[in-house]
Amino acid sequence: MSIIEFKNTSKHFGDLKVLDKATLSIEAGEVVVLVGPSGSGKSTLLRCINGLESITSGDLIVDGLSVTGGAKQLREIRQEAGMVFQQFNLFPQLTALENVAFGPRKVRGMSREVAREVARDLLEKVGLRDKAGHYPSELSGGQQQRVAIARALAVKPKVMLFDEPTSALDPELKQEVLNVMRALAEEGMTMVVVTHEMGFAKQVGTRLIFMEHGKIAVDGDPREVIDTPPNDRMKDFLQHV
Amino acid sequence: METDWSVIFDFLPELLKGAKTTVYITLAGLVGGLILGTVAGMMRAYGGRVLNGVAFAYIEVIRGTPIVVQVMFLYFALPVLADLRIDPMTAAVLAIVVNAGAYIAEIVRGAFLSIGKGLTEAGLAIGLPHWKVLVYIVGPLAFRRLIPPLGNQFIVSLKDTSLFIVIGVGELTRTGQEIMASNFRAVEIWTAVAVIYLIMTGTLSLILRTIEKRMRIL
Repeated sequence: MSIIEFKNTSKHFGDLKVLDKATLSIEAGEVVVLVGPSGSGKSTLLRCINGLESITSGDLIVDGLSVTGGAKQLREIRQEAGMVFQQFNLFPQLTALENVAFGPRKVRGMSREVAREVARDLLEKVGLRDKAGHYPSELSGGQQQRVAIARALAVKPKVMLFDEPTSALDPELKQEVLNVMRALAEEGMTMVVVTHEMGFAKQVGTRLIFMEHGKIAVDGDPREVIDTPPNDRMKDFLQHV
Repeated sequence: METDWSVIFDFLPELLKGAKTTVYITLAGLVGGLILGTVAGMMRAYGGRVLNGVAFAYIEVIRGTPIVVQVMFLYFALPVLADLRIDPMTAAVLAIVVNAGAYIAEIVRGAFLSIGKGLTEAGLAIGLPHWKVLVYIVGPLAFRRLIPPLGNQFIVSLKDTSLFIVIGVGELTRTGQEIMASNFRAVEIWTAVAVIYLIMTGTLSLILRTIEKRMRIL
């Protein structure tokens, strides 16, 4: 069974169709890279998966649960689908360690000590064990994003959703975030990544989806479709990133 | 008549008794006002159409009418309308609760809505219900931004208690007025009254500034 399944899924904002009858199955272990011009619906597609955007019609099944199944079911989906945001969105009043321990503690109901232990291990994993006591404002963008990845992982999701995770970062800081993501992919984590990093798509992605006007225009092997774009608009798009 | 500052000391116990009443009305009124204001503010910020509408109507009615009219209504009109007779003290406290509540509601709403949407999304994305996101993430951040405008409102409410002279509550201004009426020492008494108000508002400012300093605004 697919871990994520879009069934004729549409999302409208008023008259605007941001997602137009998308049908897509994502299997466990895939690293799907979503690309496309701005306004093509790639972020919306991603945000529908964990219900940050509600779908207008069709259905969307995540780990066997429909996103239209009500608030409680949506929370269960969100625990299985962690998200990393472009702007990091770390909780500014909490230290790096507290940010990561927050989910295990308040969502998974772990004790304070166990949650902190989990958080310490995850900070180690993203290379920030020594920054545990720092507040987000004391960390660089790349470090904040790595803490944000650890925070999402702490809830033990089956899928990780990345919404332009490196777009707000300086070029030299992008790499440290991409490295963490690559390591995650190598462990077999199912990932859906909205990004403009074509190098990452080719090296780490197992599948590339090009979106345009709310539709999936291209769906194929990243290396193949980036080297020989099957569609003129994608060719045009790739020249600009 | 020459000014004689020593008369202040003769009447100081009386003035302090008035000040005590002022403090009591202010404190009781603001505790109630904070509760009412927080509820109304949350209704405005996160309530559905009905809750939002109710809170909006309350805020508009109170902000749109003078506090003197409000307390007169509570004290003189309510007994006629609802056969509900309340003593001046209760009317005074209630007037502050209702009046400060309306302003605090807008302060609370503004503070909560000023916290970036991204943090709410981050909280929801890890699987928290919305109310927990408000309690654990948005609330603590909003609270820090609440303090400066709340301080303003506290001081305004404290001074507004002087208007309850119209229903005969023996607070500081009324006490000053009564002393003045008996000895005509306008300069001395009103100076003393003003200084006592300054001490009370100054203390309030100091407390709020200390809280603000101990908490980083994020």
